[in-house]
Amino acid sequence: MRIVEIEDVIDESPTIRTLIFNDKITANAKAGQFIMVWLPSIDELPMSVMIPYKYDEKLYAAISVRKRGISSTYLYSRKKGDKIGVRGPYGRAFEIKSERSLLVGGGTGLVPLIRLAKQNRCHTLIMGARSKDEVIFEQLARSMVDRVIVTTDDGSYGLKGFATDPLEELLKEERFDIIYTCGPEKMMKRVLEIANRYGIEAEASLERIMKCGIGLCSSCALDKYILCKDGPVMKGSIILGLEEFGKCYRDKSGQLKSTI
Amino acid sequence: MLSTDICVRLRNPTLLASGILGISYPVLKRVYEAGAGAVISKSISIEAREGYKNPIIVKTEHGWINAVGLANPGVEYFAKEIENCDIPLIVNLVGSNEEEFGKMVKILDNLKIIAYEINFSCPHVEKVGLEIGDDPELVYKIVKKIRSLSKKPIIVKLGLGSSNMIEIARVANDGGADAITAINTIRAMCIDIDVAKPILSNRIGGLSGAAIKPIAIRCVYELSKAFDIPIIGCGGIKDWRDAIEFILAGASAVQIGSAVSERWLDIFNEINNGIMQYMLRKGYKSIDEMIGIARY
Ligand SMILES: Cc1cc2nc3c(=O)[nH]c(=O)nc-3n(C[C@H](O)[C@H](O)[C@H](O)COP(=O)(O)O)c2cc1C
Repeated sequence: MRIVEIEDVIDESPTIRTLIFNDKITANAKAGQFIMVWLPSIDELPMSVMIPYKYDEKLYAAISVRKRGISSTYLYSRKKGDKIGVRGPYGRAFEIKSERSLLVGGGTGLVPLIRLAKQNRCHTLIMGARSKDEVIFEQLARSMVDRVIVTTDDGSYGLKGFATDPLEELLKEERFDIIYTCGPEKMMKRVLEIANRYGIEAEASLERIMKCGIGLCSSCALDKYILCKDGPVMKGSIILGLEEFGKCYRDKSGQLKSTI
Repeated sequence: MLSTDICVRLRNPTLLASGILGISYPVLKRVYEAGAGAVISKSISIEAREGYKNPIIVKTEHGWINAVGLANPGVEYFAKEIENCDIPLIVNLVGSNEEEFGKMVKILDNLKIIAYEINFSCPHVEKVGLEIGDDPELVYKIVKKIRSLSKKPIIVKLGLGSSNMIEIARVANDGGADAITAINTIRAMCIDIDVAKPILSNRIGGLSGAAIKPIAIRCVYELSKAFDIPIIGCGGIKDWRDAIEFILAGASAVQIGSAVSERWLDIFNEINNGIMQYMLRKGYKSIDEMIGIARY
């Protein structure tokens, strides 16, 4: 466990903030890897590693957190100078390919995609949000990716609809070599199905309940895979063959519960 | 060449320890297919348990301290989970009294599992595990109850509590236990000095890994001298050398726990290959020949 101090806080949307801290080890994380963030006396949460904006990427890293439950709201409310613990990075990252890539993300699922775009030139990013308020990382993305397409469910900004709508349109006209996706499971399922239909390789960063983060407790099991070791990034061809993907997850006791 | 006997014949002496990846059948099966001689489930209790809040594990200099809090789906759910079991699976059970164990065994006994392992040693949950494992009378009653209900082998998993391990092993043996696993994690704690707080949500957990290996070796040695039933060594095994050391101390098989985190599932094949090379070099033809030879 490494204790780090939050050195900067950036408001991304009314419910999402990025916390920046100095930690060389996390700074080395590959896109898609995660860290476990310890909030002393409160909880420990898995967080995908974000880029540190203007701070030195060799020394700094960041996490972007949406306030939802008690613990994530506590993390969201941390201020400059507050201390958190971090361990990791853990898990399998996106496999970087130098080919023409297409990224599809939604919500905080954009975090690993932004880090991927920073580490490797990416051609197109489609980012979905519920409404204008929740569009995050747009300027950042435009500075790194050749083309950025924004969709909102309610049409309050960018294209009206889901991120998967422009995806279909693009694939009809253009050739891509790989699709990377992260976001709500429903969205990822559609992305992977579309990629499969067009015969394009795909990778997705998945999520399940995370406890130990190091391949021991099995809480993040998805079929026979353990996401903290075999994932969180997995190949689309494997994911589409899973029984539990898109249908159910293991709860904290290990019972399968339907819908996500 | 690697096969060994722990009341049932196993293809090799490396078992997956309880609590490591042992919640779902697809994962257990994968671990067996990766090379384990048998796999042991997470400790299963009568009711489902969510376990403790995070953090549930912390790495220290020479091991890990965990307090998962016995998270498991409960016996009825787990029985369904493993209903089509076709691998050598040992179900580890945890409970507070003989009634609870009796109920669980009745639910599980028709399934194709090869043995029970009784958790008398989890050191960080109240009223189960080590707290009952420290009470000779209760240990005897529980083992006897299970014996009366089942013909399957009973393995008792012992740990370092406040009672004498040999005495607890003796009453378990008297009650009808067929084999002994030693040891479980040892009660331990870790405080972060920057924020001046214990790291685990439960504050106290159980220490595993290299730090406990010499203690586990000593326990296996003493138990194997005192009893004729198979002893299964557990604690800090990370490679074939550690596994051999346990066998020479008197273990018929070994369990791999936390080291799975570092070597992942290849660890079983790695250790088995290492044991085989050692046997070839030394001229041993069976695991049997090696068990306990350091005692003499
Ligand atoms: C995360 C974790 C969970 C565990 N859960 C259980 C359990 O449910 N039941 C049990 O009998 N032992 C449990 N143990 C103890 C292990 O089975 C093993 O006895 C102990 O870790 C020592 O072996 P090792 O040093 O190889 O890890 C657990 C250990 C760890 C690290």
